[in-house]
Amino acid sequence: MGSRASTLLRDEEIEEIKKETGFSHSQITRLYSRFTSLDKGENGTLSREDFQRIPELAINPLGDRIINAFFPEGEDQVNFRGFMRTLAHFRPIEDNEKSKDQNGPEPLNSRSNKLHFAFRLYDLDKDDKISRDELLQVLRMMVGVNISDEQLGSIADRTIQEADQDGDCAISFAEFVKVLEKVDVEQKMSIRFLH
Amino acid sequence: MDSPALEHMKMLSCLLLLLTLACPSAAAYLDEPSLRSSLLPQYEHDHADAVGSSQDKRLQVFTVDYNNVQIPYEVTLWILLASLAKIGFHLYHRLPRLMPESCILIAIGALVGVIIFATDHKSPPVMNTSIYFLYLLPPIVLEEGYFMPTRPFFENLGSILWWSVLGSLLNSFGIGLSLYGICQIEAFGLTDLNLLQNLLFGSMISAVDPVAALAVFEEASVNEQLHMMIFGESLLNDGITVVLYNIFIAFTQMHRYEEIESIDILAGFARFFVVGLGGMLFGIVFGFVSALMTRFTHNVSAIEPLLVFMFSYLSYLCAEILYISGILAMTACAVTMKKYVEENVSQNSYTTIKYFMKMLSSVSETLIFVFMGVSTVGKNHEWNWAFICFTLLFCLIWRTLSVFALFYISNKFRTYPFTFKDQLIISYSGLRGASSFSLAFLLPVKLFPRKKLFITATLVVIYFTVFIQVTVFLNELLSHNQGDQLMDHLKAGIEDICGHWSHYQLRDKKRHDHKLSLAEVESMRDVLAHNLYQVRQRAPSYNRHNLPSNTNEKQAQEILIRRQHSLRQSCKKGNSLPWGRPVSATSVRYLSLPQDHSGQPTRRKARHVTFTGNGNVLCCILL
Repeated sequence: MGSRASTLLRDEEIEEIKKETGFSHSQITRLYSRFTSLDKGENGTLSREDFQRIPELAINPLGDRIINAFFPEGEDQVNFRGFMRTLAHFRPIEDNEKSKDQNGPEPLNSRSNKLHFAFRLYDLDKDDKISRDELLQVLRMMVGVNISDEQLGSIADRTIQEADQDGDCAISFAEFVKVLEKVDVEQKMSIRFLH
Repeated sequence: MDSPALEHMKMLSCLLLLLTLACPSAAAYLDEPSLRSSLLPQYEHDHADAVGSSQDKRLQVFTVDYNNVQIPYEVTLWILLASLAKIGFHLYHRLPRLMPESCILIAIGALVGVIIFATDHKSPPVMNTSIYFLYLLPPIVLEEGYFMPTRPFFENLGSILWWSVLGSLLNSFGIGLSLYGICQIEAFGLTDLNLLQNLLFGSMISAVDPVAALAVFEEASVNEQLHMMIFGESLLNDGITVVLYNIFIAFTQMHRYEEIESIDILAGFARFFVVGLGGMLFGIVFGFVSALMTRFTHNVSAIEPLLVFMFSYLSYLCAEILYISGILAMTACAVTMKKYVEENVSQNSYTTIKYFMKMLSSVSETLIFVFMGVSTVGKNHEWNWAFICFTLLFCLIWRTLSVFALFYISNKFRTYPFTFKDQLIISYSGLRGASSFSLAFLLPVKLFPRKKLFITATLVVIYFTVFIQVTVFLNELLSHNQGDQLMDHLKAGIEDICGHWSHYQLRDKKRHDHKLSLAEVESMRDVLAHNLYQVRQRAPSYNRHNLPSNTNEKQAQEILIRRQHSLRQSCKKGNSLPWGRPVSATSVRYLSLPQDHSGQPTRRKARHVTFTGNGNVLCCILL
């Protein structure tokens, strides 16, 4: 087993993560201890099984998709930086950030990035469109066993009908944003990270 | 469609049932005095001379003896009536959204009161001091303490203690002193009420019952912290007001109040703390003892519920011996022992304990409310406009004041401060209930010659807060936040990954559907409403009159089975994640789940979903 020292967080790393994600020092250390407690193999990365070990996640209808969101394209392990990067999407937007002008890269927890995250939960094949099938899949996951396919199909059709504006029978990212424009996404897609 | 008509039919049939039940009770009351007078001489005669009496009487084939069973009979009738009313209340599904269940209980009480009054019948002596404090109050307190979710309670303990203790004190003294000020004004004819009596009244009337308001909160998105604050307040508030009440009565008994020196007031303060803290200590000790006992009951699991109940009751009684707050003792006992008991006790015993507790507390509360109704319609009243109106006014003012003042201070120390809206909700949830009425009713008349005035004022406040305050104010106050299922599940998932829960977990939401739309969208919405999976809740929802339903287990089962199936399928295909094929219901057979076609079994409570202004119905549910 590799030495634990190599997996300890160094101050420079903390600084980098802080700059990239906006978390505070104490939040990063706290989440690091959570990361290490999930990392049963003690190799500094998390695999899908590590996530699946969380019992509440197993009974979350979107559990698999959430787990998948942590792993970059085609990889099976996520390190701490990647972990934090994904979690950064859920950081609440603080007041002093709202007024900062956009001369740097857009922060990870901006409204647009949050919406992108949600969009990617639907859009598995990454073609920037939520097709009827993809919507149907998610619907099927969130609904019980009592609904027939036809009913679900008609619900999905109706949903796409409402959101679709350019008539391609799929929901693009712009249309997605438009549907949710009245929704307080900044507040809904934020969780409070303890200090 | 048929459903509204069906609902009306159900309600009608329940009302009819209610009336038919009321008739025999009314008949019983009616017949009883006349029966008594006519039958009694003959009856006694029959008993006296069994055979060969001087009067030529045959053996009575039918005899009526009402006196023997009067008290249990009437009590049982009351309880049954209240239960039927509750059934009817819940059948008509719109009602629980509008008003708490206390309303229906009070209405039943008033009905019984009307019947008793109309038939000029002497009601049985169900309520006196000893019966109330020894038999009626403990079940209610025990049930509240037992069903308190411990972890959120202790996480918020500081705020809860600060708010309930100081809130009750502030309210009692505030209302008492303001009323005393009003009494000084000659024109109202209240000058004979001295300071002590007013303070006592203040402490009585500030006994709130916010749990009743929680039933209405269930219908909207109330964040869990708020829920916990209201719970905690209800838990501690009873104990504190009773302590204050007893202290003030003790003061009143010390003859003229001019004799009260500062030493007595200091002693009063000290006594407050001794009684309060002593009670909790007692309770904790008893809790641990009973928890220890339950470790050894594997072979005699039938007595486990008995142990739990008897130990809690014993803690109450022992504390009462020493004039320490039995309520706080029992609460502390229940809270302490709950965790260990749940681990040690068998599954059946656990269910028994829960149900039995609910049953007992339901019975007690019903009896108290019936008695309240009976007192409403009666001759025990003294109406004084000034006193009553000002009482009402001061109750509202002082509660709002104390909420804002205390929360302003405690917000500075909290990680998650309470918003203005939360504080408004808390101040509106100050319903008065059974406890203030009981305390008013049990005032010793010798010390309080104007007891009837107090009773009337208390009743007015209770009726106002329960009926008007809740239905009028609360409904417009509660937020109409829209629920996005995806977002909520996503948030819950991320929180689980992070290993903690945010305090802004929104509860299950149910709302009115004000806007109507096409019939097909209606049906779709209904389909979704009945079938969308609930977001996981950290703290179970609390309803005083009912146990929470167990839909979560079924839901969890379904999700797990589906995931396992899809993982197995994807392993066969060699993918790491199942997006090759959508999982459709027709190709999947869940062997352990029943094959149902009508969509009945996992009948989750229907959630009415609303939508944003521009009519994107389904989008906003799903996205």
